Amino acid sequence: MLAQLRRAGIVAVAVVALVGLWELYHWIWATAGWTWPFTVNDTSMPHIWTIFKAFGQPAQVNQPSLINVLLHKTAFTAKEAAVGFGIGAVIGFVLAVVLVHSRLLQRGFLPYIVVSQTVPILAIAPMVVVWVNPKLPAPLQGWGAVAVIATYLTFFPVTINTLRGLQAADPRALELMRTYAATRWSVLWKVRVPSSLPYLFSALRLSATASVVGAIIGELPTGLQNGLGGAIFNFNEYYSIEPQELWATDVIAAFLGIAFFVLVVVAEKAIVRRAPENVA
Amino acid sequence: MKRIVEWLPALAVFVLVVGLWEGLVRALHVQQFLLPKPSTIVSVFWSDRHTLWPAGWYTFKEALGGFAIGSGLGILAATLVGRFKTVGTALMPIFIAANAVPIIAFAPIFGAWFNPISPRSKMAVAGVLCFLPVMVNTLRGLNSAKPRQIELMRSYAASELEIWRRVRVPTALPFLFTALKVASVLAMIGAIVGEYFGGSLDALGVTINNAADVFQFPLAWAGILVASLLGIALYGAVVAAERVVVRWAPDTRDA
Amino acid sequence: MSVVEIKGVTKTFAHGNVTALENIELELQPGEFVSLIGPSGCGKSTLLRVIGDLTPPTRGSVTVNGKPAPRARKDGDYGIVFQDSVLFDWRTVAKNIALPLEMLGWDRERRKTRVDEMLDLVELRSFADHHPWQLSGGMQQRVSIARALSFEPALLLMDEPFGALDEMTRERLNLELLSIWEKLGSTVVFVTHSISEAVFLSTRVVVMSPRPGRIAGVVDIDLPTPRTAETRYTPRFFELVTKVRELLRSRGEHLLPEEEELLEADR
Repeated sequence: MLAQLRRAGIVAVAVVALVGLWELYHWIWATAGWTWPFTVNDTSMPHIWTIFKAFGQPAQVNQPSLINVLLHKTAFTAKEAAVGFGIGAVIGFVLAVVLVHSRLLQRGFLPYIVVSQTVPILAIAPMVVVWVNPKLPAPLQGWGAVAVIATYLTFFPVTINTLRGLQAADPRALELMRTYAATRWSVLWKVRVPSSLPYLFSALRLSATASVVGAIIGELPTGLQNGLGGAIFNFNEYYSIEPQELWATDVIAAFLGIAFFVLVVVAEKAIVRRAPENVA
Repeated sequence: MKRIVEWLPALAVFVLVVGLWEGLVRALHVQQFLLPKPSTIVSVFWSDRHTLWPAGWYTFKEALGGFAIGSGLGILAATLVGRFKTVGTALMPIFIAANAVPIIAFAPIFGAWFNPISPRSKMAVAGVLCFLPVMVNTLRGLNSAKPRQIELMRSYAASELEIWRRVRVPTALPFLFTALKVASVLAMIGAIVGEYFGGSLDALGVTINNAADVFQFPLAWAGILVASLLGIALYGAVVAAERVVVRWAPDTRDA
Repeated sequence: MSVVEIKGVTKTFAHGNVTALENIELELQPGEFVSLIGPSGCGKSTLLRVIGDLTPPTRGSVTVNGKPAPRARKDGDYGIVFQDSVLFDWRTVAKNIALPLEMLGWDRERRKTRVDEMLDLVELRSFADHHPWQLSGGMQQRVSIARALSFEPALLLMDEPFGALDEMTRERLNLELLSIWEKLGSTVVFVTHSISEAVFLSTRVVVMSPRPGRIAGVVDIDLPTPRTAETRYTPRFFELVTKVRELLRSRGEHLLPEEEELLEADR
């Protein structure tokens, strides 16, 4: 309890410090007129208070307040990211389980799984979305294609890490299972999977953010208006007039990423609680 | 000889996938227009090289600049935080949370700061993306020097600086390179996706995006091919550097 | 002139709640091989660290070569060997041995000569360019010993250096250590939890008792030198081992039966 309070305290102090630094930087640079690294004025660095105020006001005439709009868009994007994350995690896990039982398949696919981390998957997001969209049933169209991107970004790290975790099972524990003439299935679930959990969660923590990023980027090409990606794109157009809108949206996007991450960490604490030696 | 045999399954998969892709697209008359045949992509890769390759180089420079600056700052920050242990442990949760923020969402803001057309804005995106993993991992590496080794150095009356030089830094190197591998990939992706929010016409990301907008998918995919090759090249360079610098570890091959 | 003088050393932890050492008085003459033995918690490793100025005494003083312990450390008067070899993975065997020489500022020529000498001493010449993880546990310990001796310290501190090895390797390394000791004439303080090892190696065995750590007694080992594998079969050897064992048992009335076996590794 105390540790958590302490942590919350540190976060609070950090936030206050950041706000303070922001305003200080703004004040110093604006007063001195320095233009490196970039010119500081109310447009490039809106005051924190301006951004804060922007949440309460409508972005466009006759529209609900910005925070209202943004929360809807966040829910939309979060749905895409969550579905993608969930499916991607399952696919990744299943793939790892298949691969751990076959050296041949491992040697066939692992080099690609490694290389694929270098392919700018995010860069093909627009095209994948355009390609997949018409193939989906009507209610899934639009956001479904974006969820596919999030799935893709999630399953690679999950596969690699889970595989490593499944392989990291203590050889002596495996030998013990052999003396019980255990089936591969029970060896999997009693020994390999538990020892792979730290690795799995390490990948899930990464993928949590990746799926949010994928969801945001995936929304760009289709001009999906309902999500954060679309909001960022639109507010970008109006940046010079209303910079605080874009900042406000980005703040919400940041919170979404952090929220996903925290959820994974909480889940990890709950599930892996029994194993005291998770150091992943 | 054994090495070649080990690579055969991977080669088989490659041939299989490319073959299947080409075959299916032809056979099912898939709208080539969305998912072109590999052969088409490769031919456009070659025929449009005067546009694509310079664009690739343009974006690669952004990625490289961001990688260098971001990683450099990350190492510096880790060194500073590493010296003041208490600050490091207190701030760790903050850094980890910062890592969870979708930095790409801030690309338009970097555009506003540095002029969307200029490469500097994309360099900034790439730089920020590289900074955090490098800093967090280097810090972790600096802190994982074995206590007994520190004790040994104290028995030689070593100064703090010498302990850093002879123990903490070498211990941190494998961690640093793991992070650099991750960063090399992020840098390229950051540069390209950053360009989706606006950039110079000479840039690869813009070329890909524009091509996709007007449904010129073979060109878009060819652009992706260029991006992948460059990303692999940067990653490969880091791996090569790792083999030279971290020669001692038995498992440097881990990706 | 004694090499090490320990006067009234007391060491407490946790604000005085845990007394690891109480009023230790000990003097070591040049060329002695002194073993510290005792059950878990008797403070033998702590005493070694106090001698080496790796931790300060709460009360009392330690003098090494006539100087206070911290200065002796800064002057490089002792070499230390731990239970795990603490080699640097990123250095070859040769460079690991050269580490203290680099710290002392020796030039490359002199370092190379000395490293080669040490490699011959521990018979690892052909492994000079290997990395630690390519060597067995026993070989790694030999490298660790070579490193500790490379700058010919007058005093050698060893904290259960062979504890992690199997008995056959241990017995072989015991003989090697003795031959090195004879050749160099250094003074050795050797922490162990094995009675037979202590008796075999030492000129004196200091028996310690736990909670708080005190010297229970000292046994002079008058076995002839040079000692060989046959020494372990002599009647005198058995007598001395029994004497040490009884000292341990008598001063450790509050010990658990398991602790008497001294099979637990001290920490």
